[in-house]
Amino acid sequence: MGALLQVGNLHAWYGESHVLHGVDMSVGEGEMITILGRNGVGKTTTLRTIMGIIRQRRGEIRFAGRDMLSVPLHRTAHAGIGFVPEERGIFASLTVEENLLLPPVVADGGMALDEIYELFPNLLERRTSPGTKLSGGEQQMLAMARILRTGVRLLILDEPTEGLAPVIVQRIGEVLRKLKARGMTILLVEQNFRFASKIADRFYLMDHGRMVADFPVSELPDRMTMLHKVLGV
Amino acid sequence: MTTIFGIPLQAFLGQLLIGLINGSFYALLSLGLAVIFGLLRVINFAHGAQYMLGAFVALLLLQYLGVNYWLALLIAPLVVGLFGALIERTMLSRLYDLDPLYGLLFTFGLALTIEGTFRYLYGAAGQPYSVPPSLAGGTNLGFMFLPNYRGWVVVVSLVACLGTWLLIEKTKLGSYLRAATENTVLVQAFGINVPLLLTLTYGLGAALAAFAGVLAAPIYQVSPLMGTNLIIVVFAVVVVGGMGSILGAIVTGYMLGIAEGLTKVFYPEASNIVIFVIMAIVLLLRPAGLFGKDA
Repeated sequence: MGALLQVGNLHAWYGESHVLHGVDMSVGEGEMITILGRNGVGKTTTLRTIMGIIRQRRGEIRFAGRDMLSVPLHRTAHAGIGFVPEERGIFASLTVEENLLLPPVVADGGMALDEIYELFPNLLERRTSPGTKLSGGEQQMLAMARILRTGVRLLILDEPTEGLAPVIVQRIGEVLRKLKARGMTILLVEQNFRFASKIADRFYLMDHGRMVADFPVSELPDRMTMLHKVLGV
Repeated sequence: MTTIFGIPLQAFLGQLLIGLINGSFYALLSLGLAVIFGLLRVINFAHGAQYMLGAFVALLLLQYLGVNYWLALLIAPLVVGLFGALIERTMLSRLYDLDPLYGLLFTFGLALTIEGTFRYLYGAAGQPYSVPPSLAGGTNLGFMFLPNYRGWVVVVSLVACLGTWLLIEKTKLGSYLRAATENTVLVQAFGINVPLLLTLTYGLGAALAAFAGVLAAPIYQVSPLMGTNLIIVVFAVVVVGGMGSILGAIVTGYMLGIAEGLTKVFYPEASNIVIFVIMAIVLLLRPAGLFGKDA
């Protein structure tokens, strides 16, 4: 299986500060990958650089064989990558439904609006409220739901469970498994190690702006000592 | 004779109407400024010049091509809107990554250049533009005499404000605009062509200003400096309404126009400064403006 997303020797900068120091990773079609790592090692930066939000970057990013480095930010989604940011990015001046319909459909195969409301009944109930009047969990659902409409092949999620109640976290896990079953490729950053260990196929461990380990979920038990040391959990 | 607060009713209503007319222009102009500021974070100092351009395009269309008022009301905003879009695409868009001060300085320079050029070509004196024949004359409302053209200006500016508000609040394009105003980067990451949206927005703001300019041509004289006099008041309106608030700009425009008109009745000496006094008070009590969200 060829990689859907191939990242090679990726460097990125915030102004003067050099944040990514040669990230190498690959994500296969249909895989669910989790990036682990302590705070400030460059996990969010990796996602934002792949997305094209951080433009001061060098190295290789290939998506479905296409070089993404020269693609402008507003064309990244059209190549087939959807993004759910850490702060969720729900718009206060838009209703729930307007938020849901905001990202343009970029390819066939996205979920229909009915299907989305079936998966997230809360959003149907609240569809005329301002987006930010939703609870944190509902906002996270909305942030994910609006990408599902667009028909992207790769879903990038930055800490989807952050600050949410256990029952909501469980719900997000269910949704992600459902998406994976539909063939969606998923790349997420997650601090909630227990959550990640239940849904991911493979892990990358990040430290000091590069990937320091890469292993499938089956090797997780053997790696626990090392993970405890690196993650400090 | 009927009086209200010791003022003859006719004088009162007359000033109220003048206030409403001025308020119509304040509302149309501050609306454009608010839309541009909201999305582009540019304080568009060229707004007065774009208003003047609208009036001049109408005048020149009439003088050289015999194009009447009604066509000019469509063509002038289109021409000035395209000109605005061109300016945004070729020049203003290069300044977004810099300090917002650069956008302000650029549009200020642009205004001086445009106004200076027109003053060189046409002189500083105002030129008359006649009221279209179908709106000449006036109507006796019983309690006062209403010049038809002024009534038209009040109605059409209300319609234009309402139309713009609906465009922004109720359409798909408007939802892009609102979302991009909140978080430009994320909207772009969703695959929406934000650079194009910025160009369209600046063009729309310029077109609105030009529309107001054509409306103003038969009331005020068409002169290269007609915008300079107005724009300072309009900035005060935007500040009172709350920077970037669409509804705030509209409501405050009419409100301050009327406040100014009524001050003329009760204490004429203060009529030129009343808007700025209100601005100072609002800034002291509610720095985000009457309709602004607290930052």
